Amino acid sequence: MLRFFLKRLGLAALVAFTVSLISFSLLFLAGDPAIALAGEGATDADIEAVRIQYGFDRPVLEQYGGWLGNALTGDFGDSYYFKTPVIHLVAEKIPITMTLGLCAISFAILLSIPLGVLAAVKPNSLIDRFALFLSVIGQAMPSFWFGLILIVIFAVNLGWVPVSGSDSWRHFILPTVVLGYYATPAIMRLTRAGMLEVLRADYIRTARAKGIRPGKVLFKHALRNAVIPVVGLTAVQLGFMLGGSVIIESIFALNGAGFLAFESISRNDFPTVQALILIFSLIYVLLTLLADLLNAWLDPRIREA
Amino acid sequence: MEHLLSVENLHVEIPVGAGLLQPVRGISFDLKKGETLCIVGESGCGKSLTSLAVMGLLPKSARRSADRLELAGKDLSNLSEREMSGIRGNDMSMIFQEPMTSLNPAYTIGDQLTEGLIRHKGVQRSEAKNRAISLLEKVGITAAASRLPQFPHQLSGGLRQRVMIAMSLMCAPDVIIADEPTTALDVTIQAQILRMVKELQAELGMAMIFITHDLGVVARIADKIAVMYAGAFVETGAAEQIFNAPMHPYTKGLLSCIPVPGKTECGSRLGSIPGVVPSLIGGVQGCGFRSRCPYTQEACASEPELTERAGGHACRCVLDTSELNSIIWEAA
Ligand SMILES: Nc1ncnc2c1ncn2[C@@H]1O[C@H](COP(=O)(O)OP(=O)(O)O)[C@@H](O)[C@H]1O
Ligand SMILES: [Mg+2]
Repeated sequence: MLRFFLKRLGLAALVAFTVSLISFSLLFLAGDPAIALAGEGATDADIEAVRIQYGFDRPVLEQYGGWLGNALTGDFGDSYYFKTPVIHLVAEKIPITMTLGLCAISFAILLSIPLGVLAAVKPNSLIDRFALFLSVIGQAMPSFWFGLILIVIFAVNLGWVPVSGSDSWRHFILPTVVLGYYATPAIMRLTRAGMLEVLRADYIRTARAKGIRPGKVLFKHALRNAVIPVVGLTAVQLGFMLGGSVIIESIFALNGAGFLAFESISRNDFPTVQALILIFSLIYVLLTLLADLLNAWLDPRIREA
Repeated sequence: MEHLLSVENLHVEIPVGAGLLQPVRGISFDLKKGETLCIVGESGCGKSLTSLAVMGLLPKSARRSADRLELAGKDLSNLSEREMSGIRGNDMSMIFQEPMTSLNPAYTIGDQLTEGLIRHKGVQRSEAKNRAISLLEKVGITAAASRLPQFPHQLSGGLRQRVMIAMSLMCAPDVIIADEPTTALDVTIQAQILRMVKELQAELGMAMIFITHDLGVVARIADKIAVMYAGAFVETGAAEQIFNAPMHPYTKGLLSCIPVPGKTECGSRLGSIPGVVPSLIGGVQGCGFRSRCPYTQEACASEPELTERAGGHACRCVLDTSELNSIIWEAA
């Protein structure tokens, strides 16, 4: 188990390092940052001054080394736009996005796993059709459009929830539903397929032959084996959600890190963008690591891999 | 109370793409306390489905019907899944053919051994563990206590089957159904397990249905034998009757397939039965064995009844008893 853990941890560290390289080099993908920073109508001399002021004239490797060294201590430099430390900006916004992400993934799990199990227990039944219907809709409908529809119905017409903002928990309801629903089809279908397969397994017959009660056969013996692939998928979906929250936060003017990323990109605020990309990526790497550990706990055979 | 388990006219039907499969067609038998019934037949003749039907573990698509299905006087034929779950593992348990896949990979041996006992008898976990350890020792597993925290993938096939046997004994059931428990194992382990099953059964006084396609195995444990062919019994009787005075051409054919130490000469040909089992889709017209039987006649076109020919010895054949007795199966 310890060996497995160390192996996964090493892998995660390697991925994190690669990600840091990529997020740093993004700065140069968008063209010469000095030109962008100097703004329109700047003279060559202005641009040169900006280049020296921000250190863009140094060798790339040196810049990366400096940036990474600072980033490791939580110093991502100052925002070009706000002129305040990026880390303060991010620390203020990340909790909002994390709250949204966790609420959304919980919503998705609570909706899709029970539905997937029920659909597998009674394939082709009414509930199975209903689950299929939900997942087709979920895949066919763009999330921004679904978000707008929910706003029109529940915020504007019914007035049950606020239209936009991030001041109370009620502001999180619609974004949670929209973002969570987006992950539901994939999780539900994988749960259903996994359960269908596991329910045919010999060890399920053994459990029934022992006289284990039907509910326990389903949730103890079958579900644990069926959710193993679902765990990995859920981690990936949560990662997608953090990405998707850029759109959702913009629609609902939920003032989180996604919204900040969206605005910072349009403002050419590179330090902020770099920091957000690195943090989002690290969260993603961490999620994958957690999923691996959860799977190792669920399936003893994985621990020895 | 005479019979512990009583089955009369058991049918199983499964709708399949090509029609209605009838893998079990009117099976009847009785089992007394402590008795061993062996059901013998080629693979695919419906042995497993018969045992699953008795246990109420048939696949969802299958339909079961029976004139009588009673365990210790209790009618099992109309019980719900929940009611049946109170009987399975408690009064009647089963050992399966596939030891490699019959244990849940996600739970420890100890958990899987004890959960049935805890569910049926409501005992404490520690008490259930003690019983699991003593049964593991009984089925010949050394260092039994240290096996409990192990997972199935850490055990060999032979060990897993021993665990399955111990598991089926946890609640000391009245009846145990063993469906080819040694088929998937090495020959040397087969013999050990067989001996052990026999000893345990005698020791615990359970009735057993032992299913196999191997007559050599049957000779060592059976009190009663039922020879099954194409979903129906073609010959039933006491073990000595079947071995010493087999009647049905199919039984004689099967017996000619096994070498007898001291009787079969070295290098002599063992018999085999040419031909294949008829399709069980849409039922079987006439005697199921007639396409492979050397004594087929016109009367075989309608299926004969299983009729008693001598005390407790029954045979399903159009030939009369003296004709049957004169048949000698030629090694093909
Ligand atoms: N779930 C099922 N669906 C369709 N056919 C089945 C199913 N299970 C078994 N059968 C068929 O029923 C027949 C009897 O099977 P089985 O009872 O397993 O035979 P045995 O145990 O004697 O080898 C075989 O022809 C087999 O292919
Ligand atoms: Mg079988």
